[in-house]
Amino acid sequence: MSQENIQFPEDLLQEVGRQIAKFPEGMQKSALLSVLHIAQAHFGHLSEPVMDYVARLLHILPIEVYEVATFYSMYDTKPVGKVKLEVCRTGPCMIEGAEKIVSYIENKLGIKDGETTADGLFTLKTVECLGACGYAPMLQAGEKFHEHLTEAKVDELIEQYRNNPKANYLGL
Amino acid sequence: MSETNPKFKVTIDGVEVEVDPGTTILNAARLIGGDVVPPAMCYYSSLQGSGGKCRTCLVEVSKGSEKDPRPMPKLVASCSTPIMDGMEVKNKSSEKVMDARAGVVEMLLINHPLDCPVCDQAGECHLQDLAYEHGKSTTRYEFERRTFDKVDIGEYIKLHMTRCILCYRCVYTANQLTDKREHGVLKRGDAAEIGTFIEKNLKNEFIGNVIDVCPVGALTDKTFRFRSRVWYTKPMDAHRDCKCCSGKAVVWMIGDEVARVTARKDQYGEVKEFICNECRFEKKDKSDWTIEGPRHIDRSSVISANHYEVEAPSHTPLLNKA
Amino acid sequence: MDRKLLLEHIGVEGIQTHDVYRKQGGYKAVEKALKSMSPDDIVEEVKKSGLRGRGGAGFPTGMKWSFIAKPEGVPRHLLCNADESEPGTFKDRYLMEKIPHLLIEGMILSSYALGCNQSYIYIRGEYMYVLQILEKAIAEAYANGWLGKNIKGSGFDLDLAVSTGAGAYICGEETALIESLEGKRGNPRIKPPFPAVKGLWGRPTVVNNVETIAAVVPIVNEGGDAYAQIGIGRSTGTKLISASGNINKPGVYEITMGITVEEFIYSDTYCGGMKNGKKLKACVPGGSSVPILPHYLVCKTAAGEDRLMSYESLSDGGFATGSMLGSGGFIVYDEDQCIVRNTWNFSRFYHHESCGQCSPCREGTGWMEKVLHRLEYGHGKMEDIDLLWDIQRKIEGNTICPLGDAAAWPVAAAIRHFREEFEWHVNEPKLCTTKNYGLVTEKKFEPVNA
Repeated sequence: MSQENIQFPEDLLQEVGRQIAKFPEGMQKSALLSVLHIAQAHFGHLSEPVMDYVARLLHILPIEVYEVATFYSMYDTKPVGKVKLEVCRTGPCMIEGAEKIVSYIENKLGIKDGETTADGLFTLKTVECLGACGYAPMLQAGEKFHEHLTEAKVDELIEQYRNNPKANYLGL
Repeated sequence: MSETNPKFKVTIDGVEVEVDPGTTILNAARLIGGDVVPPAMCYYSSLQGSGGKCRTCLVEVSKGSEKDPRPMPKLVASCSTPIMDGMEVKNKSSEKVMDARAGVVEMLLINHPLDCPVCDQAGECHLQDLAYEHGKSTTRYEFERRTFDKVDIGEYIKLHMTRCILCYRCVYTANQLTDKREHGVLKRGDAAEIGTFIEKNLKNEFIGNVIDVCPVGALTDKTFRFRSRVWYTKPMDAHRDCKCCSGKAVVWMIGDEVARVTARKDQYGEVKEFICNECRFEKKDKSDWTIEGPRHIDRSSVISANHYEVEAPSHTPLLNKA
Repeated sequence: MDRKLLLEHIGVEGIQTHDVYRKQGGYKAVEKALKSMSPDDIVEEVKKSGLRGRGGAGFPTGMKWSFIAKPEGVPRHLLCNADESEPGTFKDRYLMEKIPHLLIEGMILSSYALGCNQSYIYIRGEYMYVLQILEKAIAEAYANGWLGKNIKGSGFDLDLAVSTGAGAYICGEETALIESLEGKRGNPRIKPPFPAVKGLWGRPTVVNNVETIAAVVPIVNEGGDAYAQIGIGRSTGTKLISASGNINKPGVYEITMGITVEEFIYSDTYCGGMKNGKKLKACVPGGSSVPILPHYLVCKTAAGEDRLMSYESLSDGGFATGSMLGSGGFIVYDEDQCIVRNTWNFSRFYHHESCGQCSPCREGTGWMEKVLHRLEYGHGKMEDIDLLWDIQRKIEGNTICPLGDAAAWPVAAAIRHFREEFEWHVNEPKLCTTKNYGLVTEKKFEPVNA
């Protein structure tokens, strides 16, 4: 992707404007985390040209964007699948069998933790507590939570996303 | 001392000193000098925002102030804790402090490569000094150490991240001396690293100062790498007419050759007048410089093993010290 | 006796919407405050209520509010901490999802009390769907005149916006949250200066947890004194508890402070007892960072008294035999759970979440995780247990923010109470990978040098 192709469509530019408008004049850097979420949802991952574009939109230095994008665990600076399956592995989820869910997905999709399927559809990641401890085990697909997981439920949601990968985003 | 500006009294390891309100414990200790001064790996007085991170300067506040004499519940970072009137601080005299400091040194070393024999910083490395004073000769860490590839972050600067202790000084330096910072701290936790994200050359004409502020051998001068152990070179105060900076520097000579140029550092290793890249990297001819005379190097330094100390101007006597 | 102050209307169909919330008495507190109370009156009621921060530290909210600096001409900000990320805690999400207008009403009251005209809710990035619920509710609140300029003719202006995190537990620490809201890495700041003096954009700032802010609504409605009547001692009011682990009914419960732990675990009103009739092995009563309690110290204190769900009773005995109410993340373990594995799991979490500024936490959390991993998988040595003790001791209290403590405490408590299980892992390197140790034997506590 070259620099020129990096451009939000009009509706997303408006959304960026709405995020910036939440903060007082001159404090537009505060919108950085939100704008990076928008960029990641739109471009798939935060490549260097995408981050440079975000820096220009917010009138900040590129390094300020790199520092933030690499700090927070939700941002991907490398390509990932269209649907990220992030299985919580912390405390209560572990007690309720998160490890079994992870190996079930690994076997089903033929990938290991951190890998992406050959068709570029699914990426499997284990993550830390997502705040669903009472509904364990759980995973997050894109922006959606799936709780009380069983193998059958995993089958179902993988099928659902295979048919409609976009379904993991909530939309504007 | 005017009456409108009363001084605060603070006692550190039993030595009393009067300082201006707002002074930190560390700077009060530096006014006393000697053993009561806590070591500082990340604090750098001329870099705004520095300090608080490495935790080597932790001290015990055994009395909060005259008004509120309660001790502080935890050890505090002396570099970022302002003194109160009547405060009593324990540094070397506190077992708790010595224990915590040994812990911090151990933490700083578990992932450090300990490659001093091949490191250019050896001899003027603050981590080496710290380890010598507070570290152990053995390690309890039995896992693979964290390593990074060495990268060039400029024509003249080598970044060896494996040695970095994440003091952030070089980041503050770029923030303050340049108008467009290009490197920073990426990632987080023990994966955090100094970098430019994609390899970029840092080009600013003052960026060479990151080498001087680095307490370890993570940022080194490529024009000097592997040329000589620092203690075999002779540091001389020198100056030149420079359009860009003060031109006041230290040239490190091997025979008649200028092997390296650095800014002038005080006894705490801090630069007060930063120098430009041209002076640092490009003026390597003796004729570029007016040599003033031998540079005084603190006695505790291995560099002072050079035997020309007699020529150096006598050292300013330390306050409250016989 | 059993009062619901926050979740009373949770079952009402459509309570997420403004109109239903309003019909159930919503925004009455705002009407009352703007009509008949001064900002200081509200601060006074909150002080009288004895409300303590619900995010974990339990600091008196009224006192925190009274610290805010009020320099002439400088805007002040109220930030709601909705970065809920402490393992075992999911109450704020529940509250925001089920009854978002309660939080908004609390934000209006608290902002009015503090003199803030621009307030923010900082929500963790993973709660994207909750963010949408909140934004919808905020739009409704604007449309109905509860937010914006000159609210209900009172002359008070308030703008409220939601901003998002992006995956960092550390941003639940208030100064890291402020940094993050400024669009930076979530590195906690060195204090002083405190946020009350220099917070968001260098301005005086108060950061409060979701549940704390929501609790201001019933306090204004019923008065601080009435609120203080509920609960026990200095643990006033109600508390949301997130219950998880090996229990029959995991979920979020609003309890009156002071019910017994035994009632909470075994009564059908709450957790409904242990799942599959198993025995209770251990409990982490306040989120992953608080000390774990062995079965014999869960329902009774070391002195043999009933352990209550309150700040004081849960911490009875100090760290030697007690724990903390913390954020109310109540995790229950049955006899089949492995404490070494759980401790390793928590250590991995803190290792993953350390921001990396302070050397003891940056290096020590990873070291602990590695040693615990070795022990859990049967490669440990007896010295590892003492090594772990020493590492956690060197992290605790020696870092800028409390993440260091949060990483150290679970390790310390696990060794303190479950040392025999750790030793068994060393002595039975094969067995420990296939079998669990079961219950630890009850012991009389001998003080450990902490």
